[in-house]
Amino acid sequence: MYKKMLEIRLFEEKVFELYGQNLVPGTIHLYAGEEAVAVGVCSNLRKEDYITSTHRGHGHCIAKGADLKRTMAEILGKKTGYCKGKGGSMHIADFAIGMLGATAVVGAGLPIAVGAGLSIKLRKTNHVVACFFGDGASNQGTFHESINMASTWKLPVIFVCENNLYAMGTRQSSVMAIENIADRAVAYGIPGVSVDGNDVLAVYEAAQKAVKRARKGEGPTLIECKTYRHKGHSRVDPAKYRSKREVEEWLSKDPIKRFKERLLQTNSLTEIEIQRIAKEVSTKIEEAVNFAKESPYPASEEALEDIYA
Amino acid sequence: MRKITYRDALREALREEMHRDPSVFLLGEDIGRYWGGAFKVTEGLAEEFGDERVRDTPISESAIIGTAVGAAITGMRPIAEIMFGDLTALAMDQIANQAAKIRYMFGGQTGCPLVIRTPFGAGVNIASHHSQSLEAWFMHVPGLYVAVPSTPYDAKGLLKTAIRGDNPAFFCEHKLLYPIEDEVPEEEYTIPFGVADIKREGKDVTIIATLFMVHKALNAAEELEKEGISVEVVDPRTLTPLDKQAIIKSVKKTGRIVIVSEDCKTAGVSAEIAAVVAEEAVDYLDAPVKRVTEPDTPIPFSPPLEQYVIPNEKSIIKAVKEIA
Repeated sequence: MYKKMLEIRLFEEKVFELYGQNLVPGTIHLYAGEEAVAVGVCSNLRKEDYITSTHRGHGHCIAKGADLKRTMAEILGKKTGYCKGKGGSMHIADFAIGMLGATAVVGAGLPIAVGAGLSIKLRKTNHVVACFFGDGASNQGTFHESINMASTWKLPVIFVCENNLYAMGTRQSSVMAIENIADRAVAYGIPGVSVDGNDVLAVYEAAQKAVKRARKGEGPTLIECKTYRHKGHSRVDPAKYRSKREVEEWLSKDPIKRFKERLLQTNSLTEIEIQRIAKEVSTKIEEAVNFAKESPYPASEEALEDIYA
Repeated sequence: MRKITYRDALREALREEMHRDPSVFLLGEDIGRYWGGAFKVTEGLAEEFGDERVRDTPISESAIIGTAVGAAITGMRPIAEIMFGDLTALAMDQIANQAAKIRYMFGGQTGCPLVIRTPFGAGVNIASHHSQSLEAWFMHVPGLYVAVPSTPYDAKGLLKTAIRGDNPAFFCEHKLLYPIEDEVPEEEYTIPFGVADIKREGKDVTIIATLFMVHKALNAAEELEKEGISVEVVDPRTLTPLDKQAIIKSVKKTGRIVIVSEDCKTAGVSAEIAAVVAEEAVDYLDAPVKRVTEPDTPIPFSPPLEQYVIPNEKSIIKAVKEIA
């Protein structure tokens, strides 16, 4: 888990750097700071299990096992990317590992996750779906429609709300009269838990329980993970709506730093092993960057392909 | 040959495909055993296939289509019913942004084999929220197919093609067509998308019409025949893909075209067909293109108001005579 979290962090730092060099077209929504959520949840999943993702989706892909090279190539708009350059940063998918794709419409992934859950039930497999979305999405109608449906039909869906306190620049407290989004689970008769989303073990344990429940056919769970994005909403956002003090406070709760300290304290990893992991991850990311940079752009006419089967 | 209704033809297609392929299932509001669909298309299917495969849903149009999308990309072939075409507005993100684009955005990694069935059309005094004809909305979204069957035979054959295809198909029905009876063979058949059907041969004027308007066009043609005007009625049967060649071929033959469509005039079905003729067949025209459509109004309630806005035989005959 530590290695995966580090992969996401260094990957995102690299994307940020490449953006500065004008190598990333469009915009980017970085997952840095929220790594414990994707990794804590996906570490409970099998390859055949599904996830749905959002515009801030790089972390979900990597945590589910996506190839860094093809992910980076997609972000750079290259032909070798997962979507042949048609999706980009906000629309990465890898159906071979159950990553059903990132949708950039806030809240749109929830009913799609319900559909994957219904499909699992009708096909009688015992797979599960983890559906990632943010605090902002929990105010969309689809959140309520989807959880109601999944609950009524007892579908194997784990609804994972990444509450990073801001929907773009809008503070949660200014658009919701409740503090815990998990409380909304009560309305649908399912378990709702609120966990420290910067503590990977807390996320892991909550997800483990939810996955177990889903596999047994007992229905969905809503897990709210309280977390924080280290950067602004997107590359163009300096996040001036967040106070310096608040940012510093959350940076001190960095999920990777915390997990590393814990691993060292419990002698689960040595300082030397930590360094070795960091080196391995850096090398892997360098390889991904080189692959992406060296890959060709798609031919212009490919814009006309893949519309219909 | 036996005759069955449009409604029964649709139900036969659903039933036969559900027997043929266990991944086909239905979902929608009140489609199950208690109601059988607002227009009774799915009546009896829950009893035959069970509540799991004929699934009543909450009133959540967006989640109905989203659920269909999620199931379609994970191995199933869902058929979602939206009770009235007007209500597709509630599900527009899932239809236009998700279902239609999922294959393209993800570089062709997945198909999205789902069918959305819904009835359009005015004429039964149920006012602005239950009477519109919105086919053109869906023509404007690449990635969707749009079917517009006008007869029981076409309804069954096109629905089977929609179900078996790997693309999201938006399947338009019409409230006034459900009770119409016509010949449908008992043996298996399908109708390919993008192939128009000439519903009546003629040599003086071409009428392009879809859904219920095909029947009004045929009635008008019958009347005009008595006055010595020979009308050809071409039914595109699918709007996406659109059989441009069939339209152009008929225009070459007659040199005159009237497009009859129940939707609004501005940026509607008739506008697209007129544009095709203008771009690709203008040299064959002997008269201006005529369009008979609803005016750009919401559908009113009171019978005299509603009848005023729906195209009818009289307005079609008038348009034909203006150019014949």
